[in-house]
Amino acid sequence: MPTPASPPMNYLQAFGDKAEAIALLTWAMLVLSIAVVAIIALLTAAGVALRRSRLAVEDTGRAPIQRPSGGLSWITVGVAVSTLALVGSMAWNAYTMAAINRPPRAPALTIEVIGHQWWWQFRYLSDDPTQIFDTANEAHIPTGAPVRILVRSEDVIHSFWIPALGDKLDLIPGQTNASWFEANRPGAYRGQCAEYCGRQHAHMALTVVAQTPEAFHAWRAAQLRPAQRATGDLENGEALFGARCGACHTVRGTLAGGVFGPDLTHLMSRGAIAADTLQNTTATLTGWIADPQRIKPGAKMPTLELPGTELTKIRSYLQSLK
Amino acid sequence: MAVADIDRSPKLQPQNEPTALRLAGLWAGEGGLRGWLSSVDHKEYGKRYIITAFVFLALGGVEALVMRLQLAGPNKTLLTPEQYNQLFSMHGLTMIFLYAQPVLSGFSVFLFPLILGTRDMAFPRLNAFSYWIYLLSGLFIYAGFLIGYGPNDGWFNYAPYALKPYNPGPNMDFYALGMILFGVSSTAGATNFVVTFLRARAPGMSINRAPILAWGTVTASFGILFSVPAVSLAFFMLWTDRQFGTHFFDPAGRGQPLLWQHLFWIFAHPWVYVVALPAMGIVSDALPIFCRRPLVGYTVVVLASVATMVMGFGVWLHHMFATGIPFLALSFFSAASFVITVPSAVAVFAWIATIWTGRPVLSTAFLFFAGFIVMFVIGGVSGVMTAAAPSDQQLTDTYFVVAHIHYVLIGINVLAVMGGLYVWFPKMTGRLLDERLGRWNFWTVFIGFNLAFLPMHWTGLAGMPRRIYTYPQGLGWSAVNLVTTIGAFILAFGVLLLFVNIWISRRRGVVAGPDPWGGPTLEWAVSSPPPPYDFAVIPAVASRHPLWEDALQEAAGKSSLTRGMALDDGKEMLVTTALDAEPVAIQKMPDDSLAPLLTAIAATALAVAALRHAWIAAGLVTLVLLAVLFFWLWPRRALGQVAERKHV
Ligand code: HEM
Ligand SMILES: [Cu+2]
Repeated sequence: MPTPASPPMNYLQAFGDKAEAIALLTWAMLVLSIAVVAIIALLTAAGVALRRSRLAVEDTGRAPIQRPSGGLSWITVGVAVSTLALVGSMAWNAYTMAAINRPPRAPALTIEVIGHQWWWQFRYLSDDPTQIFDTANEAHIPTGAPVRILVRSEDVIHSFWIPALGDKLDLIPGQTNASWFEANRPGAYRGQCAEYCGRQHAHMALTVVAQTPEAFHAWRAAQLRPAQRATGDLENGEALFGARCGACHTVRGTLAGGVFGPDLTHLMSRGAIAADTLQNTTATLTGWIADPQRIKPGAKMPTLELPGTELTKIRSYLQSLK
Repeated sequence: MAVADIDRSPKLQPQNEPTALRLAGLWAGEGGLRGWLSSVDHKEYGKRYIITAFVFLALGGVEALVMRLQLAGPNKTLLTPEQYNQLFSMHGLTMIFLYAQPVLSGFSVFLFPLILGTRDMAFPRLNAFSYWIYLLSGLFIYAGFLIGYGPNDGWFNYAPYALKPYNPGPNMDFYALGMILFGVSSTAGATNFVVTFLRARAPGMSINRAPILAWGTVTASFGILFSVPAVSLAFFMLWTDRQFGTHFFDPAGRGQPLLWQHLFWIFAHPWVYVVALPAMGIVSDALPIFCRRPLVGYTVVVLASVATMVMGFGVWLHHMFATGIPFLALSFFSAASFVITVPSAVAVFAWIATIWTGRPVLSTAFLFFAGFIVMFVIGGVSGVMTAAAPSDQQLTDTYFVVAHIHYVLIGINVLAVMGGLYVWFPKMTGRLLDERLGRWNFWTVFIGFNLAFLPMHWTGLAGMPRRIYTYPQGLGWSAVNLVTTIGAFILAFGVLLLFVNIWISRRRGVVAGPDPWGGPTLEWAVSSPPPPYDFAVIPAVASRHPLWEDALQEAAGKSSLTRGMALDDGKEMLVTTALDAEPVAIQKMPDDSLAPLLTAIAATALAVAALRHAWIAAGLVTLVLLAVLFFWLWPRRALGQVAERKHV
């Protein structure tokens, strides 16, 4: 999957109506700020250079004291110019605020974002209950249409943030916040929890994958299917998974129905594991199942001390969950 | 003329006249340990505040350096996540509460009576108490950290992460109770500044002649008096949520996590000005000395400080732009946050005008102040960027904000304090700080600081969230973080040079004399260090710059520094009216006493008992506290009268 922004969290590069409006405002303010700092630094330095007393420091305080006139006009002019710049920025600010307050078109879908210490749950909402499904840490959206999000938290405050798509919104327990964003180009957009939420706040990242509407619908259809029943060698792995991991994780269509951890029904469709901490490869998956606490100390998944054979069987089974 | 030739005799009052001797006898404290513990001399506490604050600055600095090592590159494992989280929390709260505000209190406590032309703070014992309880609140929080229970939720300490289900250890109780103690300290201190400013100025120092440092401190003190109750209450509620199952902030019991943020920011946003306005006052008063002319626009600068403080109470919501607040509130608070920059612009242009119309002398202090102006503006414009709600949606909780707060706190607070130290160190100790070391001190601090924090804006724009203990490779953050870490060490080295300079100059510095810089205000009229009674006779003031009057000829009358009321009928101070500073009463001043220290200890013991859930002990300590207070307030027939002998 191509990465549109490089570096991927840089929000001065924007990919959608909302993010573009914000990035433009931020750029404008940035340029204005740099200009202001340059002017003030120059004025200060020039003032010192042009007006400095020829007395050495040892003679400090013995230069004559004066009361020259004219200083006040500096304040009048300076403040007038600053106020003009501020008023201009305020107007642009107000305009941008109004522009991004609501989506310009009807949203294509609504995703419920639920924050957990330290991973993301995405629930694809629908009026038809059979069309609702969950995924974790990786959300897919269609390009070219606004996506509505409803965010809430199961524990502490988190903040949902995908820089290149221009959205940051706090997930506050006890309330649901709403927002929207849009991607205008396919790609994988990295995001990360922005509000400090405890021990593993650093490892609470996510990816939003924007796809063409056709690709997105195909993905959704695949996600809606329950997991394929295991056959042959994998049956044993499925049973072990149900016994060891099923209290926390769900694999739809099997006995594993826990809701404490991420839904793993289509684990292999995801590029990363552990809230974007690790690439999803055989080695990292094995390492994670064997000892999550070494990789993400404090994470809510315990180290299970699985015997080597069980570990391999469970891992192989997980890798069959396409 | 070189320093060696400077006239070293104080402009005021020979030391060996009978009056001076009498006063020295009345005002000098006891010697020895007991005298040290029971002193109520403002000069003593000014220095203690500054030294203690510097110790906390050093602790917070070491914490920062360890964090910076962890963040120097991607995927480092020097610290565990829990260690990092405690470090950044301790670093933030140390710098903001235990360094930034107390160090300014130190300057003001030392300088207030001197620049206002009086003999001590209005309530000397309360002043001592503020210091002791500040010290003990700091030790209390650090005790938690040392036994492994440091606060780990950042200095803003958001609920519900600070609540019991997520934080079962006593970490947050140390923070909550420590902050309540600290609130007592700052409230008591602020009350003292306000009363001293309003009722103890020298006769003739009408309110429009008070030095700007005094204005800045008083404005900040009003800020403290109105904002600290919110946070003390918030921390108390947090504590009862944790200990007694109330549900103020706990969503499980229909509490409101956002209530914490409102209470916290309605305190903490004004607090930004509490740690900035007195520092701006230092610059506004000291910069003109080195420009050899009065500050341009005294009146507008004062009005701007007051306006900033007032508006500072109206913009707390801009810390919460991402919490999903309604559009209308968002628009209002965004606009208000833009407007609050206007008064700051007034101050900036006043300083620049003072440089342009003056003849700046490039001393170390001046370098710090000139550097300060530019840093102030950088912190200011990045503040404006975060005032724009849509941009803030991106900037908030990233390293851009970390850069911003450091430009505000180091740029405005630390640079002003260091410059101020070069100016007033001679007044405190009688010796000048070394200028050559001073240059090194300034340049390493200035370069190190900018190397560390200017690139941090970029890290933030590149999307690095704050408060993360590690980050992966390939996000474009690694190189900038390395530069930042190197800059941090250069900065720390610069601070170390200051400490070295203080250490050496304290003994071996050039003897300063009363007025090494040719300053305009009253403190330069007395010897360095000042006698225990500050002024032998209370000066009468007729100008904003009593010591520059001859050159400036601004007042109709003339200030009198050598003749005035001696007030030597016991320990006495003059009380004047609030606006015009007309003398109205003579106040008897209290003796030295152990009561302030004992009260502070008893209050801290109460916090310890509450922490340990030792309710019986808490009851007993409360009784002790009341007894000590009673002892403190016991009416004395001749309050503070050391000798009742009539003046001959
Ligand atoms: C050597 C000098 C310093 C360095 C290298 C430094 C570095 C840092 C770092 C790395 C963080 C943590 C950022 C994060 O994880 O989000 C931080 C946070 C902070 N620093 Fe500093 N700092 C220094 C001096 C100061 C000073 C002098 C002050 C105040 C007077 C200060 C106030 C703060 C505050 C308020 C925070 C926020 C803590 C929080 O997020 O809760 N720092 N600093
Ligand atoms: Cu989080």
